[in-house]
Amino acid sequence: MLRSERVDRETLAEIVAGDIESGSFVNLGIGQPTLVSNYLTAEHNVTLHTENGMLGMGRAAEEDEIDGDLINAGKIPVTETPGAAYFHQADSFALMRGGHLDVCVLGAMQVSATGDLANWHTGEPDAIPAVGGAMDLAIGAKQVYVMMNLFTREGEIKLLPEATYPLTGVGCVSRVYTDHGIFELSDSGTVTVRGLFGLTFDELQSKSEIEFVDATGN
Amino acid sequence: MTNIVESAAEAVANIDDGSTVLIGGFGNAGQPMELIGALLEGGAKNLTIVNNNAGQADEGLALLIKERRVDKIICSFPRQSDSWHFDEAYRAGEIELELVPQGNLAERLRAAGAGIGGFFTPTGYGTMLAEGKETREINGRNYVLEYPIHGDVALIKAFKADEKGNLVYRKTARNFGPMMATAAKQTIVQVEEILPTGELNPENIVTPSIYTDVMVAIETESTQLAAREQGAK
Repeated sequence: MLRSERVDRETLAEIVAGDIESGSFVNLGIGQPTLVSNYLTAEHNVTLHTENGMLGMGRAAEEDEIDGDLINAGKIPVTETPGAAYFHQADSFALMRGGHLDVCVLGAMQVSATGDLANWHTGEPDAIPAVGGAMDLAIGAKQVYVMMNLFTREGEIKLLPEATYPLTGVGCVSRVYTDHGIFELSDSGTVTVRGLFGLTFDELQSKSEIEFVDATGN
Repeated sequence: MTNIVESAAEAVANIDDGSTVLIGGFGNAGQPMELIGALLEGGAKNLTIVNNNAGQADEGLALLIKERRVDKIICSFPRQSDSWHFDEAYRAGEIELELVPQGNLAERLRAAGAGIGGFFTPTGYGTMLAEGKETREINGRNYVLEYPIHGDVALIKAFKADEKGNLVYRKTARNFGPMMATAAKQTIVQVEEILPTGELNPENIVTPSIYTDVMVAIETESTQLAAREQGAK
Protein backbone atom coordinates (compact mmCIF):
# COMPACT_ATOMS: atom_id res chain seq x y z
CA MET A 1 0.00 0.00 0.00
CA LEU A 2 1.54 3.30 -1.08
CA ARG A 3 0.09 6.77 -0.63
CA SER A 4 1.80 10.03 -1.53
CA GLU A 5 0.53 11.82 1.58
CA ARG A 6 0.80 11.10 5.31
CA VAL A 7 -2.59 9.77 6.51
CA ASP A 8 -4.67 11.44 9.23
CA ARG A 9 -5.97 9.64 12.32
CA GLU A 10 -9.42 8.98 10.85
CA THR A 11 -7.99 7.45 7.67
CA LEU A 12 -5.64 5.31 9.73
CA ALA A 13 -8.57 4.15 11.88
CA GLU A 14 -10.40 3.15 8.69
CA ILE A 15 -7.34 1.18 7.52
CA VAL A 16 -7.12 -0.67 10.85
CA ALA A 17 -10.85 -1.44 10.81
CA GLY A 18 -10.43 -2.86 7.31
CA ASP A 19 -7.83 -5.32 8.62
CA ILE A 20 -10.06 -6.67 11.41
CA GLU A 21 -11.63 -9.95 10.40
CA SER A 22 -15.37 -10.40 10.44
CA GLY A 23 -16.72 -11.86 13.68
CA SER A 24 -13.74 -10.82 15.80
CA PHE A 25 -13.79 -10.01 19.51
CA VAL A 26 -11.82 -6.77 19.85
CA ASN A 27 -10.57 -4.42 22.56
CA LEU A 28 -9.84 -0.83 21.52
CA GLY A 29 -7.51 1.11 23.81
CA ILE A 30 -8.17 4.62 25.04
CA GLY A 31 -7.36 7.51 22.65
CA GLN A 32 -6.55 7.02 18.98
CA PRO A 33 -7.57 3.30 18.89
CA THR A 34 -11.12 4.26 19.94
CA LEU A 35 -11.54 5.91 16.51
CA VAL A 36 -11.46 2.45 14.90
CA SER A 37 -14.99 1.78 16.20
CA ASN A 38 -16.31 4.51 13.84
CA TYR A 39 -15.30 2.34 10.88
CA LEU A 40 -16.53 -1.04 12.09
CA THR A 41 -19.62 -1.78 10.01
CA ALA A 42 -22.43 -4.30 10.46
CA GLU A 43 -20.54 -6.56 8.04
CA HIS A 44 -17.60 -6.63 10.45
CA ASN A 45 -19.91 -8.14 13.08
CA VAL A 46 -17.28 -7.22 15.69
CA THR A 47 -17.97 -7.61 19.42
CA LEU A 48 -16.19 -4.94 21.47
CA HIS A 49 -14.72 -5.77 24.86
CA THR A 50 -14.12 -3.22 27.58
CA GLU A 51 -11.82 -4.45 30.35
CA ASN A 52 -13.90 -3.02 33.17
CA GLY A 53 -16.32 -5.88 32.55
CA MET A 54 -18.33 -6.06 29.35
CA LEU A 55 -18.58 -7.69 25.95
CA GLY A 56 -20.86 -6.08 23.41
CA MET A 57 -20.06 -2.47 24.21
CA GLY A 58 -21.91 0.03 22.03
CA ARG A 59 -21.17 3.62 21.07
CA ALA A 60 -20.76 6.50 23.52
CA ALA A 61 -23.98 7.33 25.41
CA GLU A 62 -25.77 10.57 24.63
CA GLU A 63 -27.99 12.71 26.84
CA ASP A 64 -30.65 10.56 28.52
CA GLU A 65 -28.79 7.37 27.64
CA ILE A 66 -26.02 8.35 30.08
CA ASP A 67 -25.90 5.84 32.93
CA GLY A 68 -23.22 6.06 35.62
CA ASP A 69 -23.27 2.28 36.01
CA LEU A 70 -22.39 1.74 32.34
CA ILE A 71 -18.96 3.12 31.49
CA ASN A 72 -15.98 2.03 29.44
CA ALA A 73 -12.35 1.63 30.50
CA GLY A 74 -11.82 5.35 29.92
CA LYS A 75 -14.70 5.98 32.38
CA ILE A 76 -16.82 7.40 29.52
CA PRO A 77 -20.56 6.50 29.58
CA VAL A 78 -21.34 4.04 26.79
CA THR A 79 -24.31 1.98 25.57
CA GLU A 80 -24.92 -1.75 25.39
CA THR A 81 -25.67 -3.66 22.19
CA PRO A 82 -28.09 -6.60 21.86
CA GLY A 83 -26.28 -9.70 23.09
CA ALA A 84 -24.07 -7.76 25.50
CA ALA A 85 -22.75 -9.47 28.63
CA TYR A 86 -21.39 -8.15 31.93
CA PHE A 87 -18.79 -9.89 34.09
CA HIS A 88 -16.44 -9.04 36.92
CA GLN A 89 -12.85 -7.86 36.57
CA ALA A 90 -11.20 -11.22 37.17
CA ASP A 91 -13.28 -12.78 34.37
CA SER A 92 -12.66 -9.77 32.15
CA PHE A 93 -8.89 -10.09 32.40
CA ALA A 94 -9.02 -13.89 32.27
CA LEU A 95 -10.64 -13.70 28.85
CA MET A 96 -7.75 -11.55 27.65
CA ARG A 97 -4.92 -13.35 29.43
CA GLY A 98 -6.39 -16.68 28.36
CA GLY A 99 -5.95 -15.75 24.71
CA HIS A 100 -9.64 -15.58 23.83
CA LEU A 101 -9.68 -12.03 22.51
CA ASP A 102 -8.81 -11.81 18.79
CA VAL A 103 -7.42 -8.30 18.51
CA CYS A 104 -6.38 -5.51 20.83
CA VAL A 105 -5.52 -2.09 19.39
CA LEU A 106 -3.32 0.10 21.58
CA GLY A 107 -1.56 3.44 21.47
CA ALA A 108 2.20 3.56 22.06
CA MET A 109 5.07 5.84 22.93
CA GLN A 110 7.63 3.40 21.49
CA VAL A 111 7.66 -0.03 19.86
CA SER A 112 10.78 -2.16 19.31
CA ALA A 113 11.58 -4.26 16.24
CA THR A 114 10.80 -7.44 18.20
CA GLY A 115 7.43 -6.10 19.34
CA ASP A 116 8.27 -4.76 22.79
CA LEU A 117 5.71 -2.12 23.74
CA ALA A 118 6.22 1.03 25.80
CA ASN A 119 3.01 2.95 26.40
CA TRP A 120 2.52 3.55 30.11
CA HIS A 121 5.36 5.53 31.65
CA THR A 122 8.03 7.98 30.55
CA GLY A 123 10.26 6.87 33.41
CA GLU A 124 10.80 10.47 34.47
CA PRO A 125 11.47 10.61 38.22
CA ASP A 126 8.70 13.11 39.05
CA ALA A 127 6.03 11.32 36.97
CA ILE A 128 3.33 9.55 39.00
CA PRO A 129 3.09 6.08 37.45
CA ALA A 130 -0.32 4.66 36.49
CA VAL A 131 -0.61 1.42 34.56
CA GLY A 132 -4.30 0.43 34.62
CA GLY A 133 -4.95 -2.45 32.25
CA ALA A 134 -2.11 -1.57 29.84
CA MET A 135 0.17 -4.49 30.76
CA ASP A 136 -2.69 -7.00 30.69
CA LEU A 137 -3.90 -5.72 27.31
CA ALA A 138 -0.37 -5.85 25.88
CA ILE A 139 0.00 -9.58 26.46
CA GLY A 140 -3.63 -10.54 26.41
CA ALA A 141 -4.88 -10.79 22.84
CA LYS A 142 -4.04 -13.12 19.95
CA GLN A 143 -3.00 -10.07 17.91
CA VAL A 144 -1.85 -6.76 19.36
CA TYR A 145 -1.93 -3.84 16.94
CA VAL A 146 -0.43 -0.47 17.74
CA MET A 147 -1.68 2.85 16.34
CA MET A 148 0.64 5.81 16.72
CA ASN A 149 2.44 8.61 14.91
CA LEU A 150 5.71 7.27 13.49
CA PHE A 151 7.69 10.25 14.77
CA THR A 152 7.67 12.32 17.96
CA ARG A 153 7.11 16.07 17.73
CA GLU A 154 10.90 16.40 17.83
CA GLY A 155 11.17 14.12 14.79
CA GLU A 156 12.50 11.02 16.59
CA ILE A 157 11.28 7.73 15.14
CA LYS A 158 9.19 5.72 17.63
CA LEU A 159 9.80 2.32 16.00
CA LEU A 160 13.25 1.44 17.36
CA PRO A 161 15.72 -1.47 17.52
CA GLU A 162 15.07 -1.35 21.29
CA ALA A 163 12.66 0.74 23.34
CA THR A 164 14.21 3.24 25.76
CA TYR A 165 11.08 3.92 27.85
CA PRO A 166 9.95 1.44 30.55
CA LEU A 167 8.23 -1.51 28.88
CA THR A 168 4.55 -2.40 29.05
CA GLY A 169 5.07 -5.85 27.54
CA VAL A 170 7.80 -7.91 25.88
CA GLY A 171 7.48 -9.11 22.27
CA CYS A 172 3.74 -8.56 22.22
CA VAL A 173 3.05 -6.26 19.24
CA SER A 174 2.42 -7.87 15.85
CA ARG A 175 1.57 -4.85 13.71
CA VAL A 176 2.19 -1.11 13.89
CA TYR A 177 -0.12 1.30 12.08
CA THR A 178 1.26 4.82 11.75
CA ASP A 179 0.59 8.02 9.87
CA HIS A 180 3.61 7.21 7.68
CA GLY A 181 3.29 3.48 7.19
CA ILE A 182 2.25 0.01 8.29
CA PHE A 183 4.78 -2.40 9.78
CA GLU A 184 4.63 -6.11 10.52
CA LEU A 185 6.87 -7.26 13.36
CA SER A 186 8.33 -10.66 14.17
CA ASP A 187 10.07 -12.39 17.08
CA SER A 188 13.33 -12.37 15.11
CA GLY A 189 13.25 -8.58 14.78
CA THR A 190 12.57 -8.55 11.04
CA VAL A 191 10.32 -5.57 10.32
CA THR A 192 8.32 -5.83 7.11
CA VAL A 193 6.97 -2.59 5.66
CA ARG A 194 3.44 -3.19 4.34
CA GLY A 195 2.57 0.40 3.52
CA LEU A 196 4.17 3.82 3.23
CA PHE A 197 2.34 7.13 3.35
CA GLY A 198 4.15 10.30 2.27
CA LEU A 199 7.55 8.70 2.74
CA THR A 200 9.74 6.64 0.38
CA PHE A 201 11.35 3.41 1.52
CA ASP A 202 14.79 5.02 1.33
CA GLU A 203 13.64 8.02 3.37
CA LEU A 204 12.26 5.64 6.00
CA GLN A 205 15.44 3.57 6.04
CA SER A 206 17.59 6.70 6.47
CA LYS A 207 15.75 7.53 9.72
CA SER A 208 16.19 4.19 11.45
CA GLU A 209 18.80 1.63 12.43
CA ILE A 210 16.29 -1.16 11.78
CA GLU A 211 16.90 -2.93 8.46
CA PHE A 212 13.42 -2.85 6.98
CA VAL A 213 12.07 -5.34 4.45
CA ASP A 214 10.14 -3.62 1.68
CA ALA A 215 6.82 -5.36 1.00
CA THR A 216 4.88 -2.27 -0.02
CA GLY A 217 4.44 -3.65 -3.53
CA ASN A 218 2.66 -6.80 -2.29
CA MET B 1 -25.23 -15.12 58.74
CA THR B 2 -25.73 -11.69 57.21
CA ASN B 3 -26.32 -8.87 59.63
CA ILE B 4 -28.66 -6.24 58.18
CA VAL B 5 -28.05 -2.82 59.73
CA GLU B 6 -29.90 0.47 59.47
CA SER B 7 -27.14 2.90 58.58
CA ALA B 8 -23.79 3.17 56.84
CA ALA B 9 -22.26 4.40 60.12
CA GLU B 10 -23.41 1.23 61.88
CA ALA B 11 -22.13 -0.90 59.00
CA VAL B 12 -18.55 0.38 59.25
CA ALA B 13 -18.49 0.89 63.05
CA ASN B 14 -15.96 -1.84 63.82
CA ILE B 15 -13.25 -1.02 61.27
CA ASP B 16 -10.01 -0.69 63.25
CA ASP B 17 -7.08 1.64 62.69
CA GLY B 18 -4.45 -0.03 60.53
CA SER B 19 -6.95 -2.22 58.64
CA THR B 20 -6.56 -3.27 55.03
CA VAL B 21 -9.78 -2.14 53.38
CA LEU B 22 -10.77 -3.41 49.93
CA ILE B 23 -13.02 -0.84 48.24
CA GLY B 24 -15.04 -1.78 45.16
CA GLY B 25 -15.58 0.41 42.14
CA PHE B 26 -13.96 1.39 38.88
CA GLY B 27 -14.03 5.15 38.80
CA ASN B 28 -17.36 6.05 40.35
CA ALA B 29 -19.21 2.99 38.97
CA GLY B 30 -19.73 0.60 41.87
CA GLN B 31 -17.88 2.80 44.34
CA PRO B 32 -19.67 2.49 47.73
CA MET B 33 -19.72 6.24 48.35
CA GLU B 34 -21.98 6.10 51.42
CA LEU B 35 -19.86 3.44 53.16
CA ILE B 36 -16.68 5.38 52.39
CA GLY B 37 -18.34 8.53 53.74
CA ALA B 38 -19.18 6.69 56.96
CA LEU B 39 -15.61 5.38 57.23
CA LEU B 40 -14.39 8.96 56.90
CA GLU B 41 -16.80 10.12 59.62
CA GLY B 42 -15.84 7.19 61.83
CA GLY B 43 -12.23 8.31 62.04
CA ALA B 44 -10.34 5.07 61.33
CA LYS B 45 -6.76 5.85 60.34
CA ASN B 46 -3.48 4.30 59.14
CA LEU B 47 -5.49 2.36 56.58
CA THR B 48 -4.22 0.36 53.64
CA ILE B 49 -6.71 0.78 50.79
CA VAL B 50 -7.11 -1.49 47.79
CA ASN B 51 -9.06 0.03 44.88
CA ASN B 52 -8.56 0.31 41.14
CA ASN B 53 -7.98 4.04 41.43
CA ALA B 54 -6.83 6.52 44.06
CA GLY B 55 -9.94 8.64 44.26
CA GLN B 56 -11.58 11.16 41.98
CA ALA B 57 -12.27 14.84 42.63
CA ASP B 58 -13.58 15.73 46.10
CA GLU B 59 -15.63 12.72 47.09
CA GLY B 60 -15.36 9.17 48.35
CA LEU B 61 -11.87 7.69 48.52
CA ALA B 62 -10.29 11.01 47.50
CA LEU B 63 -11.42 12.53 50.81
CA LEU B 64 -9.96 9.67 52.87
CA ILE B 65 -6.63 10.42 51.18
CA LYS B 66 -7.05 14.17 51.63
CA GLU B 67 -7.55 13.66 55.38
CA ARG B 68 -4.35 11.53 55.46
CA ARG B 69 -6.15 8.47 56.76
CA VAL B 70 -4.55 6.23 54.17
CA ASP B 71 -0.94 5.12 54.76
CA LYS B 72 -0.76 2.92 51.70
CA ILE B 73 -2.77 2.38 48.54
CA ILE B 74 -2.65 -0.69 46.30
CA CYS B 75 -4.14 0.23 42.93
CA SER B 76 -3.66 0.10 39.16
CA PHE B 77 -4.45 3.63 38.04
CA PRO B 78 -3.84 6.36 40.64
CA ARG B 79 -3.09 9.28 38.35
CA GLN B 80 -5.91 10.90 36.45
CA SER B 81 -7.02 14.44 35.70
CA ASP B 82 -8.97 14.76 38.95
CA SER B 83 -6.78 12.75 41.37
CA TRP B 84 -5.37 15.91 42.96
CA HIS B 85 -5.66 14.73 46.57
CA PHE B 86 -3.67 11.58 45.82
CA ASP B 87 -1.14 13.51 43.71
CA GLU B 88 -0.50 15.94 46.56
CA ALA B 89 -0.14 13.23 49.22
CA TYR B 90 2.15 11.19 46.95
CA ARG B 91 4.42 14.08 46.03
CA ALA B 92 4.65 15.00 49.73
CA GLY B 93 5.76 11.43 50.47
CA GLU B 94 2.74 10.94 52.71
CA ILE B 95 1.23 7.91 51.01
CA GLU B 96 2.85 4.67 49.90
CA LEU B 97 1.85 3.36 46.47
CA GLU B 98 1.91 -0.25 45.32
CA LEU B 99 1.14 -0.14 41.62
CA VAL B 100 -0.41 -3.35 40.25
CA PRO B 101 -1.60 -4.04 36.69
CA GLN B 102 -5.39 -4.11 36.71
CA GLY B 103 -5.78 -7.76 35.76
CA ASN B 104 -3.19 -8.82 38.33
CA LEU B 105 -5.03 -6.77 40.94
CA ALA B 106 -8.30 -8.58 40.16
CA GLU B 107 -6.61 -11.98 40.10
CA ARG B 108 -4.69 -11.38 43.35
CA LEU B 109 -8.01 -10.58 45.04
CA ARG B 110 -9.63 -13.63 43.47
CA ALA B 111 -6.71 -15.78 44.63
CA ALA B 112 -7.10 -14.52 48.19
CA GLY B 113 -10.76 -15.48 48.24
CA ALA B 114 -10.12 -18.82 46.57
CA GLY B 115 -7.34 -19.97 48.88
CA ILE B 116 -4.63 -19.81 46.25
CA GLY B 117 -1.14 -19.23 47.66
CA GLY B 118 0.21 -17.51 44.57
CA PHE B 119 0.02 -17.73 40.79
CA PHE B 120 2.21 -17.25 37.73
CA THR B 121 0.92 -14.56 35.36
CA PRO B 122 2.35 -13.38 32.04
CA THR B 123 1.21 -9.81 32.77
CA GLY B 124 4.09 -7.52 33.66
CA TYR B 125 6.87 -9.93 32.72
CA GLY B 126 10.00 -8.02 31.67
CA THR B 127 8.68 -4.70 33.02
CA MET B 128 9.69 -2.61 36.03
CA LEU B 129 6.57 -3.79 37.88
CA ALA B 130 8.03 -7.30 37.95
CA GLU B 131 11.48 -6.26 39.19
CA GLY B 132 12.62 -8.41 42.10
CA LYS B 133 9.79 -10.89 41.61
CA GLU B 134 10.23 -14.60 40.99
CA THR B 135 9.78 -15.58 37.33
CA ARG B 136 9.43 -18.91 35.60
CA GLU B 137 9.31 -20.17 32.03
CA ILE B 138 6.43 -22.57 31.54
CA ASN B 139 5.90 -24.20 28.14
CA GLY B 140 7.98 -21.54 26.45
CA ARG B 141 6.22 -18.55 27.96
CA ASN B 142 7.52 -16.31 30.75
CA TYR B 143 5.52 -15.71 33.91
CA VAL B 144 5.80 -13.66 37.12
CA LEU B 145 4.84 -14.99 40.55
CA GLU B 146 2.16 -12.88 42.20
CA TYR B 147 0.66 -13.30 45.67
CA PRO B 148 -2.90 -12.88 46.89
CA ILE B 149 -4.21 -9.64 48.43
CA HIS B 150 -6.23 -10.32 51.57
CA GLY B 151 -8.38 -7.67 53.19
CA ASP B 152 -9.53 -7.20 56.76
CA VAL B 153 -12.66 -5.57 55.43
CA ALA B 154 -14.30 -5.18 52.01
CA LEU B 155 -16.64 -2.29 51.25
CA ILE B 156 -18.68 -2.96 48.15
CA LYS B 157 -21.76 -1.69 46.36
CA ALA B 158 -24.21 -4.17 44.87
CA PHE B 159 -27.53 -3.47 43.19
CA LYS B 160 -30.00 -5.77 44.93
CA ALA B 161 -29.80 -8.30 47.72
CA ASP B 162 -32.13 -10.68 49.46
CA GLU B 163 -32.33 -10.85 53.25
CA LYS B 164 -30.04 -13.85 53.23
CA GLY B 165 -27.28 -11.72 51.64
CA ASN B 166 -27.24 -12.97 48.05
CA LEU B 167 -26.16 -10.19 45.71
CA VAL B 168 -26.69 -9.05 42.14
CA TYR B 169 -24.91 -6.12 40.54
CA ARG B 170 -25.77 -3.61 37.83
CA LYS B 171 -23.91 -3.33 34.51
CA THR B 172 -20.22 -2.35 34.71
CA ALA B 173 -20.64 -1.42 38.39
CA ARG B 174 -20.01 -5.10 39.11
CA ASN B 175 -16.25 -4.68 38.46
CA PHE B 176 -14.27 -5.61 41.63
CA GLY B 177 -17.21 -6.36 43.96
CA PRO B 178 -17.45 -10.13 43.47
CA MET B 179 -13.70 -10.72 44.11
CA MET B 180 -13.43 -8.33 47.02
CA ALA B 181 -16.46 -9.92 48.69
CA THR B 182 -14.50 -13.18 48.84
CA ALA B 183 -11.12 -11.74 49.81
CA ALA B 184 -11.84 -10.03 53.15
CA LYS B 185 -12.46 -11.34 56.67
CA GLN B 186 -15.52 -9.10 56.82
CA THR B 187 -17.55 -8.02 53.79
CA ILE B 188 -19.74 -4.96 54.18
CA VAL B 189 -22.22 -4.30 51.37
CA GLN B 190 -24.41 -1.37 50.47
CA VAL B 191 -27.32 -2.23 48.18
CA GLU B 192 -30.17 -0.27 46.66
CA GLU B 193 -32.83 -2.61 48.00
CA ILE B 194 -33.03 -5.70 50.22
CA LEU B 195 -35.73 -8.09 48.99
CA PRO B 196 -37.37 -10.91 50.94
CA THR B 197 -35.37 -14.14 50.69
CA GLY B 198 -36.52 -16.07 47.63
CA GLU B 199 -37.23 -13.00 45.50
CA LEU B 200 -33.94 -13.20 43.61
CA ASN B 201 -33.64 -15.89 40.95
CA PRO B 202 -30.98 -18.31 42.22
CA GLU B 203 -29.68 -18.65 38.64
CA ASN B 204 -28.82 -14.93 38.61
CA ILE B 205 -26.96 -14.60 41.93
CA VAL B 206 -23.45 -13.26 41.36
CA THR B 207 -22.22 -13.17 44.98
CA PRO B 208 -23.71 -15.95 47.12
CA SER B 209 -24.74 -15.03 50.67
CA ILE B 210 -21.84 -16.89 52.33
CA TYR B 211 -19.61 -13.90 51.56
CA THR B 212 -21.93 -11.15 52.83
CA ASP B 213 -21.40 -10.28 56.51
CA VAL B 214 -22.98 -6.87 56.94
CA MET B 215 -25.52 -5.24 54.67
CA VAL B 216 -27.26 -1.86 54.55
CA ALA B 217 -29.91 -0.63 52.11
CA ILE B 218 -29.11 2.81 50.67
CA GLU B 219 -30.88 4.10 47.60
CA THR B 220 -28.59 5.88 45.14
CA GLU B 221 -28.77 7.10 41.55
CA SER B 222 -28.56 3.45 40.42
CA THR B 223 -32.21 2.92 41.44
CA GLN B 224 -33.40 5.82 39.29
CA LEU B 225 -31.22 4.71 36.39
CA ALA B 226 -32.66 1.20 36.55
CA ALA B 227 -36.22 2.55 36.76
CA ARG B 228 -35.60 4.79 33.75
CA GLU B 229 -34.23 1.83 31.81
CA GLN B 230 -37.24 -0.28 32.77
CA GLY B 231 -39.59 2.51 31.65
CA ALA B 232 -37.85 2.75 28.28
CA LYS B 233 -38.51 -0.91 27.51
